[in-house]
Amino acid sequence: MLSSVLLLKSKGVTALPAKTVPDKKGYFGSYGGRFVPETLISALDRLTDAYKTVRRDSKFKRELAGYLTDYAGRPTPLYFAGNLTRRYGRARIFLKREDLLHTGAHKINNTLGQALLAQFLGKKKVIAETGAGQHGVATATAARVLNLECDVYMGDEDIRRQALNVYKMQILGARVIPVHSGSKTLKDATNEAIRAWVTHVDTSYYLLGSTVGPHPYPVMVRDFQSVIGVEARKQHREKTGREPDYLVACVGGGSNSMGLFYPFLKTRSKMFGVEAAGSGIHTRRHAATITKGTNGVLHGMKSIVLQDRVGQIQLAHSISAGLDYPSVGPEHAYLSKTGRVEYVAITDKEALVAFRRLTLEEGIMPALEPAHALAYLEKLMPRTKKNETVIVGLSGRGDKDIDTVRHALKL
Amino acid sequence: MPSNSNRLTQKIRQARREGRKLLCAYITLGFPNLSTTEKLLAGLDRAGVDILELGFPFSDPLADGPTIQAASERALKHSITIDIARSIVAKARKRGVAMPIIFFSYVNPILQYGPKRFAKGIRRDGFDGVIIPDLPPDEDPALVDAIQRAGLSFVNLVAPTSSNERMKFLARKSKDFIYYVSRRGVTGERKQFEQGMDRNIRRLRKFSRNPILIGFGVSSPEQAKSASRVGDGVVVGSAFISAIRQAKGGTASVVKLAQKFSRAVHGRASLRAPDCVGRASCPAIRGETPRLLVAPVANSSQ
Repeated sequence: MLSSVLLLKSKGVTALPAKTVPDKKGYFGSYGGRFVPETLISALDRLTDAYKTVRRDSKFKRELAGYLTDYAGRPTPLYFAGNLTRRYGRARIFLKREDLLHTGAHKINNTLGQALLAQFLGKKKVIAETGAGQHGVATATAARVLNLECDVYMGDEDIRRQALNVYKMQILGARVIPVHSGSKTLKDATNEAIRAWVTHVDTSYYLLGSTVGPHPYPVMVRDFQSVIGVEARKQHREKTGREPDYLVACVGGGSNSMGLFYPFLKTRSKMFGVEAAGSGIHTRRHAATITKGTNGVLHGMKSIVLQDRVGQIQLAHSISAGLDYPSVGPEHAYLSKTGRVEYVAITDKEALVAFRRLTLEEGIMPALEPAHALAYLEKLMPRTKKNETVIVGLSGRGDKDIDTVRHALKL
Repeated sequence: MPSNSNRLTQKIRQARREGRKLLCAYITLGFPNLSTTEKLLAGLDRAGVDILELGFPFSDPLADGPTIQAASERALKHSITIDIARSIVAKARKRGVAMPIIFFSYVNPILQYGPKRFAKGIRRDGFDGVIIPDLPPDEDPALVDAIQRAGLSFVNLVAPTSSNERMKFLARKSKDFIYYVSRRGVTGERKQFEQGMDRNIRRLRKFSRNPILIGFGVSSPEQAKSASRVGDGVVVGSAFISAIRQAKGGTASVVKLAQKFSRAVHGRASLRAPDCVGRASCPAIRGETPRLLVAPVANSSQ
């Protein structure tokens, strides 16, 4: 069902200011905003202004499009997964192949956009946080090609788990700064990156990796990632002559799913955001924020968070490091409240089975993050009809997860 | 006194009358344990601390450097709740602790407790003000409103990067004093203040007649002294936390440090007569006239 807001918009009626999202202060309904130390407010204001300018600037758009095409490898294919489709014998399944991009995941769409914006702002250095290291590698890559210095904050625990990506970042000339505080994972790396930004706010650009954080980051990252959905919509139309019936994508912070969903929000396509249920949503080891979390404030935004009774943030758990985050982008929180997107959760085990399934059916090794989206097909496909179609966001390739998979599947 | 005037309002009023500088000390609730916090509340009150910021530990302290982060992490092991903060302060008030106490917390624990319940509860138990480092006042007007309606002073932070327009707005929304963040960065001890601090404080003075306390990086009594010349007082946090850590559960050395800071900020005639009469260090005994005599303040909310 479309919400009344979206119906209004789709009929071409100018929506009332109170109903446009986000509003001027960066709120999607009651989610979003800027819950940051005062020192950052002026930087966020400047960033908002600069972003407003560049998104209309034809030179910027041309430059970004150039990098996305010739450097990152866009457009990515919309692949009809024939074997997988035959397996279920229901709706036709298409995969949006972000795994084929340079650096192996959708992250590069955003890092190229923001690194160009950093250049536009005259900054010489970018700061980033990373969990699994995918955003870190994508940032280090964009920084290298655009001649920017790059500092990546990464939790001690993640550095240990993701040695290969640490090495990649270092070869790319980035400084990987270990974070020893708190849980020593993405949550704490994000805190530390924000602290570093507060300290070097005049000279550095904070290159946030997902649709999270203070306004304007959730909007900006969504816009840079929405190239996924724009392409997918066009490609799907070319192949079928109509809109897809279902969209499925995984949700950690929510950048690849937001990027896929956003251009379809006004259509009638049903959308599913797939969270990580870890060992199960009835255990304490999961990252199913929307499914199990409550309203709160973390990393500069009001959203849904995993927290205890008194408001201390809890740790998230998932076999996939990219979904291992105790909150979610404010726009996802909003879309869950309006009912426009349905959020579901998939366990580590289900994701591993889906990883193997896609590898064996199609010869495509997905990252463990989109393996969650693929696993949801087991539940969705029996409800679909033969004349329908499904697009799954294949946000990254599985090379980075080979060790985890080998260990878990004991191959 | 009108019933809506809390200890902080009174203290600031008095300091203005006396032309006296203010020392605000920050400690983390429950670091290293709750009994140390209780002892420190009494000890710092006697040592000449004008205002106490009681920091509520949070899992993700965005604005804090390593010293206070570590203290928060340690304190969280004791499962600190807002109810515990309330009862600790209520107890301290019963024992005669008279200094204004500010509830310092990141916004999330307050939202979970419920803004109205929080504001009314902490005011009833003896808090006087609230500082929320990750809450620009325009972000949650309802929360700020609940705090002010309860008779608590909501203190805003102003940064070196704040524009004139922003300074004006924050100064207008800040009750009793303004917390000037001395530098771009997080809390923690530093050797020097950022360049341009004097200029920024002059800029801020154009928008407010409220006292300006300088915090973030005030680590030695000498720095406190020089900052007090520029502003109307200082906030000292990490230096106290370091001292508490080194004291390993003791409080004497922390109280001694507070006295040093007090002398630096207030000048020699700084101690309160009622607390020090009979001691050799008492300015009254040494033939000096104390510039400020604070009578025990009646708890106006009770």
